[in-house]
Amino acid sequence: MFAFLARRLASTIPVLLIVSLLVFLMLRLTPGDPAAVLAGDAASAEQITQIRTSLGLDRSIPEQYAIWFGHLLGGDLGQSYYYRMPVTSLIAQRLEPSVSLALITILIAVSVAVPLGVMAAWRFGGWLDRALMGFSVLGFSVPVFVLAYVLIWAVSLKLGWLPVQGYKRIADGVGPWLYHLVLPSITLSVIYIALIARVTRASVLETLGEDYIRTARAKGLAESRVLVRHALANAAVPIATVIGIGIALLIGGVVVTESVYAIPGLGRLTVDAVLARDFPTIQGVILFFSFVYVGINLLVDLSYVFFDPRIRY
Amino acid sequence: MTTPDASRFDALSTEGAAIVRVESAWKRVRRNWSVRIGGAVLLVLVLVALLAPWLGTVDPTLFDAASRDLRPGKTGEIMTLEGETIQHTFLMGSDSFGRDIYSRVIFGTQVSLIVGVATAIVSLALGIVLGLLSGYLRWLDGALMRVMDGVMAIPAILIAIALVAMWKGSLLTVIVAIAVPEIPRVTRLVRSLVLTIREEPYVEAAVSLGTPTWKIMLRHILPNTVAPLVVQGTFICASGILVEAILSFLGVGLPPDIPTWGNVMAEGRAQFNEYPHNIFFPGIFLAVTVLAVNILGDGLRDTLDPKMAKRV
Repeated sequence: MFAFLARRLASTIPVLLIVSLLVFLMLRLTPGDPAAVLAGDAASAEQITQIRTSLGLDRSIPEQYAIWFGHLLGGDLGQSYYYRMPVTSLIAQRLEPSVSLALITILIAVSVAVPLGVMAAWRFGGWLDRALMGFSVLGFSVPVFVLAYVLIWAVSLKLGWLPVQGYKRIADGVGPWLYHLVLPSITLSVIYIALIARVTRASVLETLGEDYIRTARAKGLAESRVLVRHALANAAVPIATVIGIGIALLIGGVVVTESVYAIPGLGRLTVDAVLARDFPTIQGVILFFSFVYVGINLLVDLSYVFFDPRIRY
Repeated sequence: MTTPDASRFDALSTEGAAIVRVESAWKRVRRNWSVRIGGAVLLVLVLVALLAPWLGTVDPTLFDAASRDLRPGKTGEIMTLEGETIQHTFLMGSDSFGRDIYSRVIFGTQVSLIVGVATAIVSLALGIVLGLLSGYLRWLDGALMRVMDGVMAIPAILIAIALVAMWKGSLLTVIVAIAVPEIPRVTRLVRSLVLTIREEPYVEAAVSLGTPTWKIMLRHILPNTVAPLVVQGTFICASGILVEAILSFLGVGLPPDIPTWGNVMAEGRAQFNEYPHNIFFPGIFLAVTVLAVNILGDGLRDTLDPKMAKRV
């Protein structure tokens, strides 16, 4: 197990290295003087010179990457030129709303999608199955911001049940926090539900054809127990995998959803940084999101042991 | 370096079979209801895009201060480029500049379809080249696939947003920025197809006849990747349309004066409470278009690529 853990951790290192190189090069591919770009539109000549020397921009590209990467290892993502503070503290500040939104979304998505997928596979070809497949195509096609506005219009403006936008910190009470997050999370969970339900259906459908399902039914087990303990338990690995892969989709959705609902999280920060051409922040946020994505998929890989006792690393 | 005999042999062995396969596949495609419905809706949208100037629209950049924030169906004035004021019915209302939303949405169809198709073409073209190289030149494979892993580890929208931010938004940069994150998936698909196909007896036969590598790639391997690539291209087209709208909506895509669905919706944000239709009309067009492309893609997948259809 520990050998596997070490190997699996080691295998993510090249990926992370390449991600850091790509993010670094993205800035270097910018036409014009990177120091001037970094400094922003309102910088003076001295500021630009200062940035050039402090970042070592007068040296060769490999040397520059080494310096930048050294800072990165020390947890230094540079200074935001727009917010005038270290990018790491900026990210830390904006973390809570995004994590809250993502967690509630995953919670809603999994608790809706998995039972739906199992039921659809159980009654394969039935009305629920066809409705679910139709819904999933629709879920992939209706853009998250269009859905967001439809929900705001119906639930918040017409019915007045939930706030139109905004965010309350969890420190101000769980009630208001949840109250402000319900609508954004439902919005964001739709595409995720479509994805997870589809894969759950497909993989449960596969396990339902196995011999041990027939055995379980033959020995008189309740159908619910057959579905959960035998079919779903054996279908768990692909479901866990798609939840991990779906994180990329979720991150994209967080950027849009936070923007529509005025949630001051990392997604909003990304868009604001792009609009302000605040390149250290853009770099930092992209690196952060990518590392989270890779890290979560690492955890998903490790979770296979838990779902499938046959897997012994 | 091929002898005349050898080239005749490989022409006989592949082309005859390919024609039979193409014919029956085309029949299956035409009979599929998803293809018919998705295709029909798309055909209508293509016609809308092509005929945009003659569908009762005005120049989508025209505005008139007297006609600001009109509700759908209201008639108001609009000033043409020549400076004359004409009466115009604002079928979908007007925005806060007094521009006709109907005209902007109809002309926006052009942008969306161009971006979707161009994104698919760019990412397929680059992905095919990289995938063929990676699948056929083993020394390149490791390094290239690690780079692709790296690109795939960065969420697609973030790559697109960052690239547009670096280059500033224009039609070309937006298309390239949306296509770049799609390239690894195409590369992987082509590579895996190449790895399977290169073991086929007809490729071995071609190799043993001394057919040059480039000819094997183009004549024997590439034709067999067409069906899965068409399917993949359709899905890339759908996501390209979606991502372009997201970029414009967030204000980081095409410049706001260009009529795109995302731009119209971005302008409608501030007044959503009073004028929700500013967002709903372009939103409906966007959702229907993406849905049609996705349904078409599902149909093509079921008919052209049964192996992939079984997977999910």
